[in-house]
Formats: sequence, structure tokens, C-alpha cells
Amino acid sequence: MNGATPHPSAASLQSQFGSAIRRTLVSCGDTIVVVARERSHEILRWLQETPGETYDYLVDVTAVEYRDRERPLEVVYQLWSLSRRVFLRVKIELPKDQPLEVDSVADLWRAADWLEREVFDMFGVTFRGHPDLRRILMWETYAEGYPLRKDFPLRGRFSRAEQVRQALAIEPESNYSLEELSIARAQGALPADMRERLEKDPRRRVR
Amino acid sequence: MGEKRTLELALATPGVDASGRPVRVPLGVAGDAEPELSTENMLINIGPQHPATHGVLRLVVELDGEVVVRVIPHLGYLHSGFEKLGEYRHYNQIIPLTDRTDYLSAPANNVCLAMAAEKLMGVRITPRCTVLRVIACELSRVMSHLVWAGTTAIDLGAFTVFLWTWQEREKIYDLLEEWSGARLTTSLTRVGGMMADVPDGWTGRLRTFLAKFPGVLDEVDTMLTRNGIWLGRTQDVGFISAADAISYGLSGPMLRASGVAHDLRKDRPYLDYETYDFEVPVGEHGDVYDRYLVRMEEMRQATRILEQALDRLPDGPINVDDPHVILPAKHRAMSDMEAMIYHFKQIMEGVPAPVGEAYVGIENPKGELGYYFVSDGSAKPVRWRIRPPSFINLAALPLMAEGHLLSDLIAINASVDIVMGEIDR
Repeated sequence: MNGATPHPSAASLQSQFGSAIRRTLVSCGDTIVVVARERSHEILRWLQETPGETYDYLVDVTAVEYRDRERPLEVVYQLWSLSRRVFLRVKIELPKDQPLEVDSVADLWRAADWLEREVFDMFGVTFRGHPDLRRILMWETYAEGYPLRKDFPLRGRFSRAEQVRQALAIEPESNYSLEELSIARAQGALPADMRERLEKDPRRRVR
Repeated sequence: MGEKRTLELALATPGVDASGRPVRVPLGVAGDAEPELSTENMLINIGPQHPATHGVLRLVVELDGEVVVRVIPHLGYLHSGFEKLGEYRHYNQIIPLTDRTDYLSAPANNVCLAMAAEKLMGVRITPRCTVLRVIACELSRVMSHLVWAGTTAIDLGAFTVFLWTWQEREKIYDLLEEWSGARLTTSLTRVGGMMADVPDGWTGRLRTFLAKFPGVLDEVDTMLTRNGIWLGRTQDVGFISAADAISYGLSGPMLRASGVAHDLRKDRPYLDYETYDFEVPVGEHGDVYDRYLVRMEEMRQATRILEQALDRLPDGPINVDDPHVILPAKHRAMSDMEAMIYHFKQIMEGVPAPVGEAYVGIENPKGELGYYFVSDGSAKPVRWRIRPPSFINLAALPLMAEGHLLSDLIAINASVDIVMGEIDR
């Protein structure tokens, strides 16, 4: 099964984008194309729109960090063509010594909205151009880091006592996004003490 | 501005009329006929503890009167770090975690995990195991859709359907209990085989269930499909177009109700699904009603597949004949030196997978469930990714619900068929 017939999209990507296609490999029968981070959005758009490719269905976006600290972190896109019934995996390598940033594809597939938020939440990868890049599974003020990174301990960075202390000290506004709070503020529904605390909310600095 | 809005109701009875009856004053507003009503929008919080959110989903909803202006879902109240936990476990030890993600279709999750690990290790399962896994997958589909039909009906006020579907689900749970010892958390598969073969007489009892089950579906059909209240609450509610459904990456009944005929059992067949005779129902309106029809028909088709699987169930071993992958039988591990060593090595060191990565997606009741393993050659994966169908389906909830009434939001949320264990993982 392995490498019996080369994936047709691998060859057309190679001829279209040349050196921006870093590597093509086959693992367990699936073809993986590693592309340059600078042109990832362009390549994914080409795969989505070009007749004969039509990878119109974004199955998944995720990331992989290896136990070997030297290896780059990978962002993985699983693509499926509904009409041609073909599967393709596209990867982008993010070296650890540079900022973990990649262009968002949320404008190409709406599915990428939450999936990229999850990768941001779990790995700390920033997706440039994402409409609403916030944590999704962890709460927005979560301060322990990115749980699926290999340097993140299984039980978290803070002690159980510290986690409990923080949970008990939480203010009600932490349960709402800044956007929701701005809706409430426009309606004059925010209590005075909450408005005061919001002036110092750490999330305002992040933005 | 200026004047404070007051609503003075004349509730007192001023006296009696000529025939001695109390004079009725109609309830009304003193002064102006039209009160100046507030037009401000309202922000309300539904959940995380609310039965209509099917778990611990929390929705912050901006309302204009009763019309939903915005829906902002908040997730993560059930986040358990399963993907992180998987990196610290042997492949077989991950199987109990999959029970707890989509806990309404645990057997299908178990099958998907075993398939992903087998793809990574290059293990080919036995013919009997293949058919048993089809039975596990299709039983999961029926179970999960029954829960969906019951809870959605009860969300919309139809209590009877809930009782009927729960009763049928209970019968499947009895069958699963006989097979695996557990009802909800089955852990039915192992890498390279199954945890156990079905007990004696089990296939006969499944046939008995399958003979009666379509009758219950007919009863549910009688209760709902042409019921005026049900039609009013579900038709044209929560519409999503085929193009949007594809862009949002919806899968399973959510995608097919919008008219996209994508079913992994047909399009990327696994477990020999291409050799079974069954239809894939596809809706055309993409509303709550079509999702209901699609799921009802899927249960009937699952019954057909189950009957075919029982007809062809071959004899033979359920596990591959490979002592590196499959644990030896207990009596051999206790009496045979070689078997004991294999047992010891598998328990202590696990089964190493070659360097590489594998993605397996299967058609789960809720959509495409995908498990993606990356291995560095050790017995524990570097990365275990769950492609959660209900997480991705739920992302389209704001699009479907905005502009509808608040009560429709409940119907639309129910129609997505979410399970928070899988969304939060």
C-alpha cells in the first residue's frame, strides 16, 4: 500500500509552488505535504479553489509537538475533497526559535474558526488574521500556559492549592468575554465595582 | 425621555351592575393606550447547568425581545485533557478514555481507536473481528440516535417519545452489558482484536431486538412525523445551506440534512462497509425537521446493516495471531513461560508503534470521528488528536440560531446532537 501510487496533488503542488513545497512523504498510506509557512494560506486557497484539486472540506486543524525538543512544532491540516473523494494532509513547520505564528485559514473555511482557537489555546500558536482568537476550552484568564505543549506538566504548572485559591478568587466578569461585557456595558447593566475592575482587566492589555 | 414609564392596572372591581354581577374592568394601561416599552437588548446566560443544553454547555445570548440577536457559546466546563493523558498511556490504555469522550456511542469510539492504532502498526484484523466491529458501530448509531430523538422530543415538550426511545436504548445496553460487562463505558476493542467475543446466544437475542425495534420506530414516527406541533417547532427552524454546512465542516446527519451526500461508510469505506447493502438518507431543507428525518432513517438502515452482519458473522478467532500485540489467554499466561513473558512485556512496556502517523476517520452517529496518532517509535503516542464531530458541528450554532426565537434556540441546539464529553474532551 505504501507509496504504490503517488498522490496526484503532490505532483501538481510541486509544479505550481516549487520550493514552497518543502517535502512530500507517505506515512501509513497517507500523503503528507510539508509547505513553507510564508505561503501556507496561498497554497491552501489554491488547493481549495483549483478545479481538479477542490479540497473543499476541511476535516481538521491541529498541531503536533514532538518529544525531541529540537524538532519544529507542526500545524496539521487534514483536507478532503467531497467531489473527488481524496484525502490530503498538509503540514507547516514552526521552528521553536521563532514566534509560533501562521496565517489563519478561517476566511477560507469557517470550520477553522474554532479549530484554530483550540490550537491557540492548547499550543500557543498565533493565527494571523483570525477574527476572534481567544482561548476556547480553557478559560480566558487561564495563566498556566499551553496544556498540550511538551514542557507543560501533566498536572499543570500551579499546585492544586494555588489552582483552588485562584478559582475561589475569581470575579464574575472573568466568566464573560470582553465582547459580552461591552454589550452589557452598552446596556448600562454593569455594576459599578465590576466596571472599575474591568479598567484593570489583564485581557485588555493582551488585545 | 423624562416621564417615568408606569403600568397601572385597574384591578379593582368598582361595583356591581344592574343584575348584581361584579363589573369587569378590562385589564389595560392607565393613560396612553401604547406604553413606551424599552427597546434595549438583553444579555442572558443559559447554562452551564441547564437540562436543555445537553450537558455543561453555556450560551450567552443577546436578546431583542424574544428574538436571538447573538449566541456566544462557552465551552470547556468538562475539559479533562484526554489528548494530553493519551500521550502518557499505551495504545490499549487509551481505549477507556475514548469511552468517556462521546459516552453515548462508546463502542464506535473504541472501534475507531483500535483502527487508528492498527493502521499505525500495520495490523490486519480477523474476519470475525471485522463483522463484530460493524455490529458495535451500528449498535452505537442506534443507541446514540435514540438518545437524540428522546432528548430532542422532551426539549420540545413530547414526553412519550423520550420514554419509548429510552426503553429501546436500555435493551441495547443490556446486550452490551452481556458482551462487555459494562453498559456505558464498554472498552470493547483492543488493538488487533476485541476485548471479548459475544457470549453464547447473544446473536439470537440481538435478532429478537432487531425484529421488534422497527415497530418502535414506527410508533415514534406516528407520534412526531406528521404532528402539527412538531412540524411547527422544527420545519424551517435552524436552516443551514449546503455551502455553509461544508464551509463549517459539519459532518454526519447535520451535513446530510443539508443535502450533501457525504458518508464515510460509502465515500472512504472501512470495515468492509462497501459490501453491505444500505442507503444513506439525505435531506434537502437543512432544518431541524430534516435532521430528525435523517436520523430516523439512519436507525432503520442501521437495523438492516445489523441483520446483514449477523447473517455473515463468520466463525474463527477474534484476535490476530500475534503475541506481540495481543495478550495471551489468562490460563496460558499462568502456566506457560513464553506466554508469561509476552504478557509481562506487553503490560510493562506496551506495544511499540513504528515511527509515523495515522489518521482514521469513521462515520460515528454524530459525524466524522477522527483519531490522529503520531508515533516516535515508542509504546506511547507523541500526539493523540481527537477530531470531535460535535465540537465542529456546534460551531455552526450561532449561524443557525441568530434571528430565531429563544425557544427555537433550544430546538436548534438539540438538533445538533452534541455531547459535551466529546466537545470539551
